[in-house]
Amino acid sequence: MIASNTSTSKLITASLHRRHAAEKRFRAYGVIAIAIALVFLVILLSSILAKGYGAFFQTQISLPIVFSQDVIDHRKTGNAEIIAHANYTRLVRDALRARFPDVNKRREVKKLTALVSRGARRHLQTMVVHDPSLIGATRKVWLPASGDADMFFKGAIARDIPEKTRRINDRQIAWLDALEEDGALRKRFNVTFFTTGDSREPEQAGIWGAIVGSALMLLVTLILSFPMGVTAAVYLEELSAKSRWTDFLEVNINNMAAVPSIIYGLLGLAVFLNVMHLPRSAPVVGGIVLALMTFPTIIIATRASLKAVPPSIREAARGLGASPVQVVLHHVLPLAMPGIFTGTIIGMSRALGESAPLLMIGMVAFIVDIPQGPFDPATALPVQIYLWADSPERAFVEKTAAATLVLLVFLVVMNATAVILRRKFEKRW
Amino acid sequence: MSKQEAKIVDMQTPRVNIAMPENNGQARAAGKRPVKMRTAGVNVFYGNNQALTEIDLDIRENEVTALIGPSGCGKSTYLRCLNRMNDTIEECRVEGTVTLDGEDIYDRAVDVVHLRARIGMVFQKPNPFPKSIYDNVAYGPQIHGLVSSRDALDEVVMTSLTKAGLLDEVRNRMHELGTGLSGGQQQRLCIARAIAVNPEVILMDEPCSALDPIATARIEELIDELRENYTIIIVTHSMQQAARVSQRTAFFHLGILVEFGDTERVFTSPRDERTQGYITGRFG
Repeated sequence: MIASNTSTSKLITASLHRRHAAEKRFRAYGVIAIAIALVFLVILLSSILAKGYGAFFQTQISLPIVFSQDVIDHRKTGNAEIIAHANYTRLVRDALRARFPDVNKRREVKKLTALVSRGARRHLQTMVVHDPSLIGATRKVWLPASGDADMFFKGAIARDIPEKTRRINDRQIAWLDALEEDGALRKRFNVTFFTTGDSREPEQAGIWGAIVGSALMLLVTLILSFPMGVTAAVYLEELSAKSRWTDFLEVNINNMAAVPSIIYGLLGLAVFLNVMHLPRSAPVVGGIVLALMTFPTIIIATRASLKAVPPSIREAARGLGASPVQVVLHHVLPLAMPGIFTGTIIGMSRALGESAPLLMIGMVAFIVDIPQGPFDPATALPVQIYLWADSPERAFVEKTAAATLVLLVFLVVMNATAVILRRKFEKRW
Repeated sequence: MSKQEAKIVDMQTPRVNIAMPENNGQARAAGKRPVKMRTAGVNVFYGNNQALTEIDLDIRENEVTALIGPSGCGKSTYLRCLNRMNDTIEECRVEGTVTLDGEDIYDRAVDVVHLRARIGMVFQKPNPFPKSIYDNVAYGPQIHGLVSSRDALDEVVMTSLTKAGLLDEVRNRMHELGTGLSGGQQQRLCIARAIAVNPEVILMDEPCSALDPIATARIEELIDELRENYTIIIVTHSMQQAARVSQRTAFFHLGILVEFGDTERVFTSPRDERTQGYITGRFG
């Protein structure tokens, strides 16, 4: 009947044009939005990658070190204590002066030794402690270059800027060139960056301390917020009768999820540090604060995945005479688990990237030691990034970017785990 | 009800005098059986809406009682009163008395968990747990602690599957997911799951509405076999099904029990005009 009516058909054809055009327009908007987002993502990632890539490599200087008996243990005691506390800096200085014999003035010598990292002495100390037979021998040793020398060798400090504004002077450049000509300069994978804590010297600074701090903190967060969040959600969704009281709770939980994270930091400072006197800068406090922040996220995610379990499953179990708790524990919760895990991991990755509340509870401190437990002072990855971003040395710029890369890798891994879990355990009914 | 729906019913039910299965005659020959469940003056409200008004109904032991009526007439609501499944609906309120063996099931002393173990239920849409076939059947006996050993549990599972006529089809796939079975098999699995608890009464809420005719025939056969050991109450949209499987039929309309009696009598000489109209397909 409609098909035979030509005027109706015409009207529809006319409206079709409009509708198709609207559809095309809408698709175009979507594509444009995604393209813009992608462009910014690419810019962000490539700039971080370009800046941070260098930090994964460290310049090393090769020096023939004379493990002089006189310097290390002049009384020939063989005492491990004496050997361990010997003046290894002098070995480095002697080796440098032997390489550049024309350098005599005190100030000049200082400039020369500044090319090698202050951490070089620990390097030599370890060598000798492990193998005391080195005493008296001469070995070619690759020592880490100082931050400035490292930056120069990587090309981050240009030769053509005036000497006065350069971190490294013309003499030092000449020495480095001479060393490079000898083949005594090389770049190697920067193990130090992944194995040590923070340091004032950029070439000795690493993110392991921050990683351990973050891990301890997330562990505390997970242990507190996961069981609490899931039980609360199960109670609200499955067991409690709907009432004004539960509505009130629901509104407040949603509000809690929206509270700016720094407020949780203030709460941590006021309650956990000032009233409960928990240790400052400790992952345990950071973990508690982040748990409070993650708690509503987990409740919301858990409730959503409980809601997604078909009611027919609950009816089936109830019809068989399962008690409300049995219905939840035997059927609903296992089916909701993938969704709960996904929500938890997303909450955790948010907690991992959080820095503001940690500033409030003193985790922004300069901490060199790797934390051994949740009560030791520690810092966290995002806070470490914040600290390094604030440091004046040129070498910390690339450390900052590199630490950001590491943090991003952790976040991507966590989010990917969430996606995989969801894909893998999604139930089919 | 809409014209279209009425037409469909009409096609399924060409005439009032459908051929009656012989079992009705047998049931009557056996005489009146004792009353298993009795409802007196049952009113059900959903908020301010009254869904059922003053329902008085006796369910006799080892009989199949069919509840028929157009959609929204309250037959499912009534069924769900019998094992207190309505308890979980927050704004639902039940008045009147429902007794099982003379005992008020809405009494405070009655534990719903125990009640539902005595009154099993099979739902409209097959709803096996997303667990293995074995676990589906074993779940009831396990939570109620009905069996003490693994062997005893195995036996209960086997017996229940046999009674549900499913064992031969699943014997070699006991540990596959129950949700992987066909619709008809899933529904029989749900019946096996219900009878594994050894209930006294089985409530069935349109158990065949999601099944094809062959699977339906299989379930109907099964219902007739189960009648020997259980009291069965079945809600159905198909009048032929009611005629085939039940001994007594209750016709609900707009929340009122219009007519209740022996199935044969209700279908051949309905006393109420509305019953007559519904079973001849004039409305519904």
